[in-house]
Amino acid sequence: MTAQNVRTHSIDVSSVLREQTNTDAPNETCIKVENLNLFYAEKQALHGVSMEMAKKKVTAYIGPSGCGKSTLLRCINRMNDLVDNVTIEGKVLLDNENIYDKSINVAALRRRVGMVFQKPNPFPKSIFENVTYGLRIQGINDKRILEETVENALRGAALWDEVKDRLNDNALGLSGGQQQRLVIARAIAIEPEVLLLDEPASALDPISTLKIEELINELKEKYTIVIVTHNMQQAARVSDYTAFMFMGELIEMGTTSELFTNPQKKQTEDYITGRYG
Amino acid sequence: MIKAWFKSGTPWVWLNAAAVSVCLIMVIGVLGLIVVRGVGHFWPAQVEQFSYQEPGEQAKTIIGEHIDSSITPAAMAKSTGYIMADDEEFLVQYLIKTGNRDITGTDFRWILERNIKQQQSPAELMVVERREWGNFYGRLVAVKENGNIIAEGAQAWPAVQTRIAEALVIFKNIAHLEKKEVGAINYSLEQLRLEQKRLQLKNQWDEEAKQRIAAEKAELEIEYKTYQVQLNDLYRQIRRDSLVATSAGGKEIEIPLAKVVRAFRPNTMTLFDKVWHYGVKVIEFLTDDPREANTEGGIFPAIFGTVMMVIMMSIIVTPFGVIAAVYLREYAQQGFITRLIRIAVNNLAGVPSIVYGVFGLGFFVYILGGNIDQLFFPEAAPAPVYGTPGLLWASITLALLTLPVVIVSTEEGLARIPKSIREGSLALGATKFETLWLTVLPMASPAMMTGLILAVARAAGEVAPLMLVGVVKLAPTLPLDGNYPFLHLDRKFMHLGFHIYDVGFQSPNVEAARPLVYATSLLLVLVIVGLNLSAILIRNHLREKYRALEG
Repeated sequence: MTAQNVRTHSIDVSSVLREQTNTDAPNETCIKVENLNLFYAEKQALHGVSMEMAKKKVTAYIGPSGCGKSTLLRCINRMNDLVDNVTIEGKVLLDNENIYDKSINVAALRRRVGMVFQKPNPFPKSIFENVTYGLRIQGINDKRILEETVENALRGAALWDEVKDRLNDNALGLSGGQQQRLVIARAIAIEPEVLLLDEPASALDPISTLKIEELINELKEKYTIVIVTHNMQQAARVSDYTAFMFMGELIEMGTTSELFTNPQKKQTEDYITGRYG
Repeated sequence: MIKAWFKSGTPWVWLNAAAVSVCLIMVIGVLGLIVVRGVGHFWPAQVEQFSYQEPGEQAKTIIGEHIDSSITPAAMAKSTGYIMADDEEFLVQYLIKTGNRDITGTDFRWILERNIKQQQSPAELMVVERREWGNFYGRLVAVKENGNIIAEGAQAWPAVQTRIAEALVIFKNIAHLEKKEVGAINYSLEQLRLEQKRLQLKNQWDEEAKQRIAAEKAELEIEYKTYQVQLNDLYRQIRRDSLVATSAGGKEIEIPLAKVVRAFRPNTMTLFDKVWHYGVKVIEFLTDDPREANTEGGIFPAIFGTVMMVIMMSIIVTPFGVIAAVYLREYAQQGFITRLIRIAVNNLAGVPSIVYGVFGLGFFVYILGGNIDQLFFPEAAPAPVYGTPGLLWASITLALLTLPVVIVSTEEGLARIPKSIREGSLALGATKFETLWLTVLPMASPAMMTGLILAVARAAGEVAPLMLVGVVKLAPTLPLDGNYPFLHLDRKFMHLGFHIYDVGFQSPNVEAARPLVYATSLLLVLVIVGLNLSAILIRNHLREKYRALEG
């Protein structure tokens, strides 16, 4: 079987899986992190982090800069593999499968776990090409399917009405907020199971931020979302669960309302009341 | 006061500005000199008739173009042996292009201004450009057909013009027949000879093959005979007419029209005629083959060879350089060894180009080419096919020479692609190769083009290595023609840079060649500018397309 066949096959499976899970219990675990340690050369960035993230819920990571929240997020789609001299110990289970297992195809994993970065990073291609990038990589070139996907993805990212008349324009001509929504559309076009958002609104103006937050609320109907933010109001507004991290350790995790109203740990309380960070 | 002035930084600004001005003046100076000397060459100058009397001798008539003057102070002239009168401050000499090399033996002579008794420019003086012996200067006497005079006196000039026009048409036909048709037949015959030898070497030379080759040969021979008949006919026609003219010394000579390129009377030409003449000469310079040891005619084969070689070099160097750069930057583990390789690559750019020529000759031509000949062209032996300098080896040698430039600038381009773009692609499930191929390489293409531009600029101007690996002063055939396989990579070629060297320093007729050196230099600069401009246009287009994320 050629690589292309494997790929098409793997998407089919993932979409089937999603169909099935729609009927499952609402709080089923999607991602489970078990005793994760991460070292950049000699420096340890994550200390024995263990947590569970629920399916089709929004989990937010909060914490001061450099606390390891982005690093943890990037472990979920193995983006840290790109960094030189990185060592990872422990397990990250996606649907009960360890993604750090040797048998895992990293490219296929990243198709199941989409990611949106802090700064909008559209490719210097047309809007259409940007959204279809992931599909074309999978060898899907049928024009009808591509057009359909582009429309669905752009509608899903609440961008369709703004760009439907200029799909062939260069994506770099869009505003920052539009670019970020385009990047989200690009990520959801390949129908991932999980969407990782790394401070998706930190480079945007308040109105664009609001639009992204509304979008996150809509997207959680279909995707498991993990969001990193250092804006606590944002975490409170968009997330169902919140994890507070400090110095590479997971200090506390719980439902958002509980964590913000009734923190168990002193450090959490200090941080959310603004005593540091 | 001065101290404050120094502190203000003004002197520094002035120093910088001065450096820039010096550079600008030099560039303008170089280009200006080349343009002024090169462009004027084709303008039809007045033809002067001098009555010249050296002390104690009879007056002589000298006809020619005034090319140059030299003014020597009296003292210096005395020391070189000229007798100077007391009241003379300067010795003025004129350089006259008198032509008529077949009569006098030289094209140019210096004359002393003080010995000129009279200077006129009579309307009837005529310049005849010939295919042999250079220009003729003199007066037209008569036009002959088959040795009989058909026009004399005033009728001779219009008659000779029409006859020359006819002869030129015939000459073109002959050239076409000889080069294209007969050339193709000769090429086919040579191929047949090689095929026969190949079959003999393989022991497949049986009756059937013998008959087939003989039949093909016979067919070509018949074809050749028909062309031969046509050619003989044309030769008879072109040899029919001739013109009779008197030179400055009063000697009457007959010039067959087959040897005449054009005849004109510059002293009667209007400005429009001169502009027309100039345009025709420039076009001839750009499109014709050279004649008279490269000092006359055009330089088309050299332009063609230069452009062809640069294109071949680009085709070879770009993929190699890009692939090497991608490996070095994207796949190789960054460490001591990659650093060492990078230093080596950068230093390769500093190796003198003649060393590349020696390497090309020793390795490519003799070792590679020699082995290719042994393996694939045993039938051509002892004549080499690829085991001799040629276009392919010249292109590869120059590709090697310019490889560092392409590698370095591609690497820089790859390093400039933002990490976020790569991550964006990888996060969509692309593999590293897909990310490179679909996103990173297209975005780095302007940098690759920059590398190519630098490579072209360096390669087009390089002469030294080419002299060893494929350039000749006169190539009988272009590397591209109508005979299968059309592109003949084994052929030797002409090159503008080498042409300049050859015309300027190897020519038997230095004075005649000098303006051509400037004209050819100008053309070389223009060709390089043209090649660069097209590459820059492509790069700017790519830049616009792959505008990286900024801000």
